[in-house]
Amino acid sequence: MKNKTFDIAIIGAGVVGASIARKLSSYNLKVALLEKECDVSFGVSKANSGIIHGGFHHGSEYLKSKLEVQGNRMFDQLEQELHFPFRRCGIIVAAFTLEEMKTIEQLYMNGTANKVVGIEMCNRSRMLALEPKLNTDVVGGLYAPAGGIIEPYRFVFSLVESALKNGVELFTEFKVVSAEKNDHAFKIFSESGAAIDSKWVVNSSGLFADEISQIFNAEKFNITPRKGEEFLLDRNSSARTDHVVFPVPDSVSKGILVIPTVEGTTMLGPTAIPQDSKEDVSTTSLNLGMVFSSARRMVPSISQRDIITSFTGLRPVLEGGDFYIDISEKQAHFIQVAGIQSPGLTAVPAIAEYVKDLLKKDGLVLTEKSSYNPSIDKLPRMRILPPEEADLLIQSDPAFAEIVCRCESVSEAEIVAAVRHGHTTLDGIKFYTRAQMGRCQGGFCTDRIIKIIQRETGLSYEEITKRGKDSWLLDDKIGDLKVNSYGGAE
Amino acid sequence: MKEFKFDTLVIGGGSAGMAAALEVSKRGFSVAVVERENSMGGILNQCIHNGFGLHHFKEELSGPSYAEKFIDMVDSSDIEVFIDMTIMDIDENDKLKAVYGLSKLTGMVKFCVKTVVFANGCRERNRGSIGTPGTRPSGVFTAGLAQRLVNMEGYIPGKECVVVGSGDIGLIMARRMTWVGAKVKAVIEIQPYPAGLTRNIVQCLNDFDIPLYLSHVVGDIHGKDRVESIDVIPLENGIEQKEKSFNIKCDSLLLAVGLVPDNELAQKIGISINPETNGPIVDRQLMTGKDGIFACGNVLHVHDLVDFVTEESSRCGRYVADYLDKKISPIQFRTAPGQNIKYLVPNFYSPSGDNKFYLRTLIVKNRAELILKVNGKEILRKKLRHIQPSEMISFSLPPGAVDCISECKENTLEASIV
Amino acid sequence: MKKDMICISCPMGCRISAEWESESDITVTGNKCQRGIIYGKEEILSPRRVVTATININSSWLGRLPVMTTGPVPKGKIDSLLNKIYKIHLDIPIVRDDIIIKNIENTGIDLIATRSVKT
Repeated sequence: MKNKTFDIAIIGAGVVGASIARKLSSYNLKVALLEKECDVSFGVSKANSGIIHGGFHHGSEYLKSKLEVQGNRMFDQLEQELHFPFRRCGIIVAAFTLEEMKTIEQLYMNGTANKVVGIEMCNRSRMLALEPKLNTDVVGGLYAPAGGIIEPYRFVFSLVESALKNGVELFTEFKVVSAEKNDHAFKIFSESGAAIDSKWVVNSSGLFADEISQIFNAEKFNITPRKGEEFLLDRNSSARTDHVVFPVPDSVSKGILVIPTVEGTTMLGPTAIPQDSKEDVSTTSLNLGMVFSSARRMVPSISQRDIITSFTGLRPVLEGGDFYIDISEKQAHFIQVAGIQSPGLTAVPAIAEYVKDLLKKDGLVLTEKSSYNPSIDKLPRMRILPPEEADLLIQSDPAFAEIVCRCESVSEAEIVAAVRHGHTTLDGIKFYTRAQMGRCQGGFCTDRIIKIIQRETGLSYEEITKRGKDSWLLDDKIGDLKVNSYGGAE
Repeated sequence: MKEFKFDTLVIGGGSAGMAAALEVSKRGFSVAVVERENSMGGILNQCIHNGFGLHHFKEELSGPSYAEKFIDMVDSSDIEVFIDMTIMDIDENDKLKAVYGLSKLTGMVKFCVKTVVFANGCRERNRGSIGTPGTRPSGVFTAGLAQRLVNMEGYIPGKECVVVGSGDIGLIMARRMTWVGAKVKAVIEIQPYPAGLTRNIVQCLNDFDIPLYLSHVVGDIHGKDRVESIDVIPLENGIEQKEKSFNIKCDSLLLAVGLVPDNELAQKIGISINPETNGPIVDRQLMTGKDGIFACGNVLHVHDLVDFVTEESSRCGRYVADYLDKKISPIQFRTAPGQNIKYLVPNFYSPSGDNKFYLRTLIVKNRAELILKVNGKEILRKKLRHIQPSEMISFSLPPGAVDCISECKENTLEASIV
Repeated sequence: MKKDMICISCPMGCRISAEWESESDITVTGNKCQRGIIYGKEEILSPRRVVTATININSSWLGRLPVMTTGPVPKGKIDSLLNKIYKIHLDIPIVRDDIIIKNIENTGIDLIATRSVKT
């Protein structure tokens, strides 16, 4: 480990930590981004729905509302700089009873109080004009044109890429297990024995924010995991809507949504089921029926036949129902950024600003870095390029002409780029390029991807994993195991 | 962008594509075959076991040998082959179709062709499509992927595995894993009868004492990073008996849970798909709803025997040549699946031409009968010794066999099994 | 002595029965063709199977060479055959039907390549 002392160590490289890292990289600071998994965005952020919320779900008394509305406005510029897939498609909330319309009114009032631009109450025909695939039983609803969708992992990857480009140092497989404080800095120890010194610490560790807080002798609080399961429908599904369709929310969650992803698939979910384990991301068969009937209530043409796969994520729920972003009152130079569940993703650009201001208030000297460059290179994606443009691209790098993942039309050049950006696991490559995400779910491209990883990194086949740690893929070659199939028959 | 002109473009260089291309080429037309792997042969290249060609070549060959016989024929023909090329898009309007292909060697190319044959096979159903609950560890492979990793790369995907699905693919992989030194702990089958050939039950399971659990399903998959075990649940009358579930320790799970014709490109250009086959609706000439676009092999419907793929695809090639020769196609009427029939291909027949059909039944039965009717009149009755859904049935209807065509009736040919 | 079994000589899978007093006097019933009689007798005397496998080869495009025995091999010899096959490293070029191992353990059966590899 280097002997230098960092100014800030950010614990957790999910969307929150990555965003803060990038913000701080625009100042003359030594920033360390610590992540316990082998790649960024492998925790809570991995299973995010990708929704840029419309700023009407929560009252204006919440910090999360303020940051949600601010954050929402910042996405256009972010997309220009970071080139992650983003579509401001608008959100509609559909009501099917007069009772539900009362909640719609409440949401509208929230939106107005939060100063959301363009939000409108709609009658039945306006709703059906906006979204023809809606169940004709709809009685009215809300329309928030500022709402949108992004591809969340591409977003996190691009934030990290930008942060690294501007000098942030990333430490993966760095699971913080203990910390000491001496006169001028924290000494932060990882499970593997490595250590980092830093003057300030930002706790953005998602599900484990409470445990990290304890390690640093800061506030005591509890993060309760709440599981959300999502179902992915085929690109060809006729049920794809133009807007993100919400039901009327209940006290626990925003409900089962119909989400037209940027990439062309449709997503249903998420569910909201509390649990004890912070690691259990298993799916269950019970939810399928419930999710589909909820979704079909809004968009009747949704069909189970179109399911490609499902996945789950865990939300880090903190009691109180708001973000906990504050300077710690128990531990000096420690910033808490905990309980960032929905609308966390939307708020993240504003959270980064807010945390920067907290650090400044806490005594961190901020001088702008003259060499700061907010933009990163745009990685072309063969799937969306028209043939003439693709042709030009191939002339610059023939590896764009080799299609590895045929379901999502991902070229070898894109996979090599993923590997060169540090994504050397099957899941890391999947989230960076979309290879293995299509209808065959890696059936045809996995062996090719394995070959590319080997070629680019020199890793042997035994070292290649699905997502790091013990998720090995292949352990033996033919000839390693002794064949004893007939067991000494005659 | 380079442009090529051909009479026919065949998408897919496997058994279907090669057979179709050869027939078109024999009739003097210019043919291009596009294949995205680095060699021709398709899925046969990884099917290194024997059992192929009993009907077509009257010998039992391995998959690669069957393929190579066709590759040799293609090599000595005028067919132009483009390997390592992926088809990206099709643009069809009027008579000429523009098909865009991409390869490292050529870059993006545009094929301007009169006819297109979809012969691009099928893909596997996977964990996502069957919704197996539990964790997402590594070690869950589709049987086809595992087969490719073993037979073409020489890897062993796991030391202790469980196979889900007792169709031939699952059974063959159970034997293959055993023959590379892994231990196959069980084969799980949801139906009360095995799906694959009996000979495969004997030489892939019985030979190795691998237990076959009929009427069982996989419950949860356990294991945080890598598969550690699976729960197996018995079914009674199709209902899961969770309290009787048991656990099998394993480090890998091979899913042989079904194949789906790969019709993304066809759907993109608006070709109607038959929901029973997941392949395009085709007329007697195996032409889809789009003029001049044909389909054959696994992309049309999933076959069991490559010999039938060859037969169907050769016939398709001849029909493509007829189309290019501007032969007038005979009058056609619809076919319809009747009692106990899952599907019937093609979806049209011609009373004045000869017709060959492939169908699948929904039931398992010994001593069944296939009955064909048109306008309520019985045309043909054929005895079938043993039928099951996983064994495709074929039959032919010679010209003139249907003699009750009426101008004021539908004339639909209905096939039933009793 | 009696043994019921399923003939695997072809995909029909006839249910056959082998009855015998001594090894030189086996009667097979239930078969639909001659192959059934041969299979039935052999399953008692010396059960055999056709073996397919893959071998290491130094080709630039093909990872493993597929191989097959020219006839069924006695079950008791298959494991040692496979373990032996997996140690072989072949050089290109190989032509389909080339003999890789001649007369496997005195059975008169060869192991041949089922694919050609030039490069």
